[in-house]
Amino acid sequence: MTGPRPDRLEALLAGFDVAASRPPDFPNADVSYAVHDTSVGRMLLACNDSGVLVASLFTPDAAAEDAALVRLAARVSPRVLRRPDSLDAARRWLDDYLAGRTRSAAPPWELALATPFQKPVLTALVARVGYGERATYGQLAHWSGRPAAARAVGTALGANPLCIVLPCHRVVGASGSLTGYAGGLAAKRHLLELEAGSRA
Amino acid sequence: MSLPPFQRLVDAHWRDVARLAHALVGPDDGDDVAQQAWLQAWAAYPSLTSTSNLRGWLFTVTYRCATDSHRGRARRGVPTDDETLAAATPARIDPPAAGSDESGVWRAVASLPPRQREAVALRYVADLDHAGIARAMDTSVTMSRRLVSDALVTLRKALT
Repeated sequence: MTGPRPDRLEALLAGFDVAASRPPDFPNADVSYAVHDTSVGRMLLACNDSGVLVASLFTPDAAAEDAALVRLAARVSPRVLRRPDSLDAARRWLDDYLAGRTRSAAPPWELALATPFQKPVLTALVARVGYGERATYGQLAHWSGRPAAARAVGTALGANPLCIVLPCHRVVGASGSLTGYAGGLAAKRHLLELEAGSRA
Repeated sequence: MSLPPFQRLVDAHWRDVARLAHALVGPDDGDDVAQQAWLQAWAAYPSLTSTSNLRGWLFTVTYRCATDSHRGRARRGVPTDDETLAAATPARIDPPAAGSDESGVWRAVASLPPRQREAVALRYVADLDHAGIARAMDTSVTMSRRLVSDALVTLRKALT
């Protein structure tokens, strides 16, 4: 090979290109995901190979999206593919919920991304706190069998892998303050007002 | 070790896998070979033990698919069951779509001996270094250098 001097032959070889070519098709995916723009921000939805939701996360930028995919790859399977069609039902439910058109439960989900500490907390949240209701971090700590762990329960909810689907927005401080939310406090306020019926 | 999400590999490399597949087997089979390579990569992905060179791994898979496809075709095209002969039969390669080879370089590449042609595709289309080419072709770095430099000598003559 020649030295650093630009070489026409090598440039021609490296410039080889194909006009008509498509990305590959895959028959299935261990994890399918879609990025979905909602009225409360951009979200990433993911399901497993049975179509069961495993993630619903606020991903405002590319870095957040990438972090979510890395988490799915490590915790569920590295065979993660962008397949928006697989998330059609979840996207429809989310749009209906956010428009106030449905109070029905979310499509099937499972806690594949939840830590052992998060699981009883999120399970208690779903079992105890219905549409339009509110609970405090202390109450949820009590219900999940960790009465002294209100702060840790707050952290567990803050890292909820299934935002909106599992309604951690219904959990507020003892004083009634909103305290925090993965999607931002404005989104939390919006969701609570939506469920209270004071917002269409 | 944690493998990156597969979609990241697809987004970053699908165009280069397609280019390499087309350079190795020509326009008629290029898309098929690329698709086959992705399916094989997909099947093997969860059991990979290293994440250090995923790009090189994808090109190796593509190369193996391309040479399998060629041997299969040569076998079908030649009335013999002699595997060795079939494997040694120079596979046909078509230049890229008519009109996109104004310099004639890919017509010249097509008439190189198969191993030289493959090494040139891995070196310039896939942009692998000689260690990567040697791994893909299951040969030595010295042989990779020789295949590429012999090919360049022939191509320079053909183009002047």
